[in-house]
Amino acid sequence: MLQKEEIRKENTGSQFYDFKTELWKYQGEKGALIPLLQSAQEAYGYIPESAIDHISEVVEIPGAEIYGVITFYSQFRLKPMGKNIIKICDGTACHVNASTGILRALVDELQIGNDETTEDGLFTLQKVACLGCCSLSPVMMINDDTFGRLTPKKVKELLKEFRTKENA
Amino acid sequence: MKTIKVGLGTCGVSAGGEKTYEAIKHEIEKENIQVILKETGCNGMCYREPLVEVIDEENHSFLYGDVTPEKATRIMIDHVMKNMPVKEWIVQNSGPTEDDAFFQKQRRIVLRNCGIIDPNSIDEYIAVGGYEAIRTVIKKNTPEQVIDIMTKSGLRGRGGGGFLTGVKWKFCRQAEGTLKYIICNADEGDPGAFMDRSTLESDPHSVLEGMMIGAYAIGAEEGYIYCRAEYPKAVARLKHSIREALAKGFLGKNIFGSNVNFSIKIKEGAGAFVCGEETALIASIEGKRGMPRFRPPFPANKGLWDKPTNINNVETFANIPWIIMNGAEAFAAMGTENSKGTKVFALAGKIARGGLAEVPMGITINEIVYDIGGGIKGGKKFKAVQMGGPSGGCIPASMGDLQIDYQQINKTGAIMGSGGMVVLDETTCMVEMAKFFLSFTQEESCGKCTFCRIGTKRMLEILERITDGNGREGDVELLQHLAYQIRNNTICGLGQTAPNPVLTTLKYFPEEYEAHIRDKKCPAHSCAPLLTFSIQADACKGCTLCAKACPVEAISGEKKKVHEINVATCIKCGKCFETCKFNAVLKN
Ligand SMILES: Cc1cc2nc3c(=O)[nH]c(=O)nc-3n(C[C@H](O)[C@H](O)[C@H](O)COP(=O)(O)O)c2cc1C
Ligand code: FES
Repeated sequence: MLQKEEIRKENTGSQFYDFKTELWKYQGEKGALIPLLQSAQEAYGYIPESAIDHISEVVEIPGAEIYGVITFYSQFRLKPMGKNIIKICDGTACHVNASTGILRALVDELQIGNDETTEDGLFTLQKVACLGCCSLSPVMMINDDTFGRLTPKKVKELLKEFRTKENA
Repeated sequence: MKTIKVGLGTCGVSAGGEKTYEAIKHEIEKENIQVILKETGCNGMCYREPLVEVIDEENHSFLYGDVTPEKATRIMIDHVMKNMPVKEWIVQNSGPTEDDAFFQKQRRIVLRNCGIIDPNSIDEYIAVGGYEAIRTVIKKNTPEQVIDIMTKSGLRGRGGGGFLTGVKWKFCRQAEGTLKYIICNADEGDPGAFMDRSTLESDPHSVLEGMMIGAYAIGAEEGYIYCRAEYPKAVARLKHSIREALAKGFLGKNIFGSNVNFSIKIKEGAGAFVCGEETALIASIEGKRGMPRFRPPFPANKGLWDKPTNINNVETFANIPWIIMNGAEAFAAMGTENSKGTKVFALAGKIARGGLAEVPMGITINEIVYDIGGGIKGGKKFKAVQMGGPSGGCIPASMGDLQIDYQQINKTGAIMGSGGMVVLDETTCMVEMAKFFLSFTQEESCGKCTFCRIGTKRMLEILERITDGNGREGDVELLQHLAYQIRNNTICGLGQTAPNPVLTTLKYFPEEYEAHIRDKKCPAHSCAPLLTFSIQADACKGCTLCAKACPVEAISGEKKKVHEINVATCIKCGKCFETCKFNAVLKN
């Protein structure tokens, strides 16, 4: 079975391995900007200014243009994010199956709003549209794991589980 | 020896499939049972996940549904070890069950291997006839013949536009230049659609093979798969499958011993819905902001790096090997006059059996909702089905006998789109639905066209005030006016179709808009600002739960006595309604 760890390895192994190595490997291939930004984000959890400068130097694209690309895509962050990213789905199927209640439970529990990070840096909350798991709506993802058929109660339990794991 | 397969697509995993898998593995190790344990994708019965299939020594299959780790342990002991199938949990394949109806009207081409083979094993794909189509084509057919087969089959692109695949390939084949590209669009951005994810996770090689055939037909040596970032499992499976295909010599130089070369790269999206549009997708692969551009020139002439490029959707590609092996006629024999073959629909929302269903074109909406989907969850009334995502519209239940094909759906004002079908019941407010989609398109608009950037914002504001109870006379006309302006003054499909959810709900549910604007009422009891909460005296038991749940202390009453809501303080959050165990709280 392709286990979670393997999926991580599969996805981080070659492409993102290490941001610096990626930069160093760059041979002028076309269209490398977005993968490089993805690898910077993978390495740092966000895209620090220094990374923009590095990339700009190597791929010879002005920093301003890179900034334009970063702000276009919702995946890229210019601020550090929490250790765990919670993506709560508010796509059509989840929406009609009361995802607003799930979001409310998350906000209550974490005391943060959309696109914010908890004070202890453990969680960042992001509202997204559709995680492709609509038949099990409402759905959320914590990092690369998807959780379906949520209820406010289940959400609270899940967060508790995560917190205990973090504190252990 | 018995074989056990556990469904571990994203849907299986999110329903707890990994824990079930672990429980089975644990039992095998503990009892030293001699079985083959495998992972498979999703067979479409998402509503029954986690799914476990036991195949016995005589090759009989038993499919179990809703398998918790505890149930799995019992299946291992009773069925696998003692040969006594646990009848009450079986959902398919051994005697009639209520779930049979889910499959009766289906015809599986795209999903032919989904939930059956192990997606991590190229050998399993080969064992069911995989890679025969590309092998045959390279040996026996010229590229022109392949294009001819596609045209004859009548296959239309499944990504939304519904353009004839054969014709598109022909344009690209005939385009000048020797360097050409083929792209698989796996951006699947429509909320409510998940067939592409499931196909990539459950049968990735069928998509790779479809791409190879397309590449051969148009004369491309390089292909890209643009997959959205929210699908980590699909990306991982694709990477693994590409490596397997390379190792077998199916990808790379001189594939299948011919003089044909072909390689595939994966590009991960970075979270922008508009990147599903072909010219935006190309810009994104090139490393730029994913902004659509004016067409013509079409990608077939000027696409990736300005070279001729062909883009098809995941589902389109997955059809292709089947068409080659079974012939264009077999494909064209299914469906309607102008829409051939099958279509995969993603059933979600208020439907009893949510999942993936592949049906011949021409089936009716009612057949999908009732016969396959088992009707509405919780015995509520079927109100409408939302098709085509943010570019589509809501088709009312009264049109349930409509035969689904490209033309018929377009006539309603909705579109086929990628095949997402979100079923709505009487508790869904259609104005709120329209607002929901508008807020989506408004957020995802790339900002290039003024009417899309600002027009959608203005429409959203109007819808917001209507659902807030501040709608004005003339708002409906204003919405219509803006809708036509946006439709006619934007360059890509996002803007051109953004007003559809509003226009279709206005067309089929005008009375709901009226009720919001004139009477300040939400007929579906869904728009909070238009509701009044009250407590029914004869149903209230005085349990005090609602008073405790109320965040603003608007509920008063003594223990074991009837409670009351102070309307002036009430913020209409609905917490009391959710908490009451005796249905004593009324929303009106
Ligand atoms: C805003 C917008 C979003 C789109 N999103 C997708 C998508 O997620 N997946 C897809 O296959 N096609 C999408 N399309 C359609 C593509 O532009 C293109 O027509 C399609 O990929 C062609 O493949 P096909 O001929 O096989 O359908 C989108 C179009 C628009 C205008
Ligand atoms: S709408 Fe939530 S997963 Fe698709």
